[in-house]
Amino acid sequence: MAEKMALAKAINESLRRALDSDPKVLIMGEDVGKLGGVFRVTDGLQKDFGESRVIDTPLAESGIVGTAIGLALRGYRPVVEIQFDGFVFPAYDQIVTQLAKMHARSLGKVKLPVVVRIPYGGGIGAVEHHSESPEALFAHVAGLKIVSPSNASDAYWMMQQAIQSDDPVIFFEPKRRYWDKGEVNTEAIPGPLHKARVVREGTDLTLAAYGPMVKLCQEVAAAAAEEGRSLEVLDLRSVSPLDFDSIQASVEKTRRLVVVHEAPVFFGSGAEIAARITERCFYHLEAPVLRVGGYHAPYPPARLEEEYLPGLDRVLDAVDRALAY
Amino acid sequence: MTVESTAARKPRRSAGTKSTAGKTTTARKTTSTDPELVQLLTPEGKRVKNAEYDKYVAGITPDELRGLYRDMVLTRRFDAEATSLQRQGELGLWASLLGQEAAQIGSGRATREDDYVFPTYREHGVAWCRGVDPTNLLGMFRGVNNGGWDPNSNNFQLYTIVIGSQTLHATGYAMGIAKDGADSAVIAYFGDGASSQGDVAESFTFSAVYNAPVVFFCQNNQWAISEPTEKQTRVPLYQRAQGYGFPGVRVDGNDVLACLAVTKWALERARAGEGPTLVEAYTYRMGAHTTSDDPTKYRADEEREAWEAKDPILRVRRYLEASNHADEGFFAELETESEALGKRVREAVRAMPDPDHFAIFENVYADGHALVDEERAQFAAYQASFADVEGA
Ligand SMILES: Cc1ncc(C[n+]2csc(CCOP(=O)(O)OP(=O)(O)O)c2C)c(N)n1
Repeated sequence: MAEKMALAKAINESLRRALDSDPKVLIMGEDVGKLGGVFRVTDGLQKDFGESRVIDTPLAESGIVGTAIGLALRGYRPVVEIQFDGFVFPAYDQIVTQLAKMHARSLGKVKLPVVVRIPYGGGIGAVEHHSESPEALFAHVAGLKIVSPSNASDAYWMMQQAIQSDDPVIFFEPKRRYWDKGEVNTEAIPGPLHKARVVREGTDLTLAAYGPMVKLCQEVAAAAAEEGRSLEVLDLRSVSPLDFDSIQASVEKTRRLVVVHEAPVFFGSGAEIAARITERCFYHLEAPVLRVGGYHAPYPPARLEEEYLPGLDRVLDAVDRALAY
Repeated sequence: MTVESTAARKPRRSAGTKSTAGKTTTARKTTSTDPELVQLLTPEGKRVKNAEYDKYVAGITPDELRGLYRDMVLTRRFDAEATSLQRQGELGLWASLLGQEAAQIGSGRATREDDYVFPTYREHGVAWCRGVDPTNLLGMFRGVNNGGWDPNSNNFQLYTIVIGSQTLHATGYAMGIAKDGADSAVIAYFGDGASSQGDVAESFTFSAVYNAPVVFFCQNNQWAISEPTEKQTRVPLYQRAQGYGFPGVRVDGNDVLACLAVTKWALERARAGEGPTLVEAYTYRMGAHTTSDDPTKYRADEEREAWEAKDPILRVRRYLEASNHADEGFFAELETESEALGKRVREAVRAMPDPDHFAIFENVYADGHALVDEERAQFAAYQASFADVEGA
């Protein structure tokens, strides 16, 4: 049934459905029980599924991911919550050295269907370590899949697919979009998890983004349209694997590409996209692939995040530069 | 210091030997009447004798007692002001220490000027004891900086938000003190939730193995956001120390005298080369975890009410009054001082300027970095392009 709900609520509904349909699905994390998580994404789940399915863990991220690996080895499908982006690093060792590699090391015998949910990104005026976008740090690691929904419907369906995936999935939730409402059809047949989607058609330039930046790019495209420019907006949806075919198809049409993400530009996902698209579309491109993102600086205090994060003007500026070639 | 010599030394006092470890099939809650709890001042304000720890506060003068009281009152006033500034939108977030004043002032006042403190994000009372201007603590909560003070000017490290990290820094710093042959000590603060982190376990291991002069001061305020201490441990936290080979003590965290005495003892042990100590200050977080938290989702009002009866400030007042160590004039004067502090903090926060935009690129590296220079220049050109438009 189609229903309008906030992105956070869509994830909640998706988790509920997963818990309901598969007794092996577990929710684990700090404060996910009675409190329902600091963003209330797991609200009410412990009440309905009990403490053995929705587990408040000790305050130990390495422990959360490490035990989730063990549970997965035992046949469970844990969905773990890391409270904020900046707190995933105590678990980084377990994710990178164990979660990502065990399938290969076991010659394919071991499957680790673990979902690591990470609310990420800035724009909410938080203190240190609560606004970062570390997706590139994970994308560099083979064995992990990395996705990030931009709207409620994707949040719902991508979570279903992530939980069903036999690979570990790092599920980056755009926290500043948690409260954005969108239509969710819980009976739809979803497209492939790692496929990009054109959210706005255009002919002059392609804007590629994922997670929190998709909405911004739609706003940019709307603003550019007023100046008579037709921008295509791609929601990449997945960072690893990246759907280069969809990007290529769009760029072959528009001949220009600007990639937008919150993470620092240097060694970020935009760099990978720029390099591959330059290879694939060398003769189609009218301008170098441009990137808009964070600077090579620690995520700044809240009163500077507007300067740090890509905003309408900065993206439009990049659009202008690309179109000027 | 070799591993063998450390391992061979018997802790001078092992509170952990009075273990209840054998009967831990159900997680338990200790009350303030628990025999394991070091207490020198009851909630009613009665001074009780303690053979082991009395000597650490024996010489305390009425003036010093009033000083401790003043510290707690002013810290609470500062904290209340910060909470209301957050409500007024002047701060993005605030982590209140309400209820933990005795643990922080007692332990903070036990430190010596050359000791070094490694706090979390809630140690406003300890900062006060270290002479950090309270207004400096507000910058990161207002969102104008990610720190706000020079850690070396008061030997008070920057607040650490990532849970548990600082206990390792404290241990390393203490290892450095030992290497230097200095006689200062280090104190690391953390919460009951933090006790579950790997970093904290590793800091226990390192400090024990290298006999580092560090005091681990755990404020067990009963909650880690929504999770009670039972979700972190099945044995009383102070007993953890035993497994690492150093003493652990549980102190009434709402008793400023007991916190002062026990911390002094632990710091002196550290200075005397006897290695680390774990102090568990058994206290209570009376407010929300932070201003973003809603404790009504997970805890009962009665619990807070029970702890209010053990208010750390009230009991000192009762003691001061009963022993005629303070008169009405003192309390009235302190009230005025409190209000003045509140006003000063309020005005300072409102006057706090937003950071310069270029601060993003400052201090990213000590030696500079070509990419940062390039991005700063691009940023400057971009900013200037707006000035042109506005000027046109
Ligand atoms: C590594 C890490 N994980 C999660 C968090 C989010 N978080 C902030 S405070 C907190 C609870 C801490 O509880 P405790 O250690 O008992 O200290 P208290 O805040 O009660 O003083 C949590 C989970 C964090 N800051 N760092």
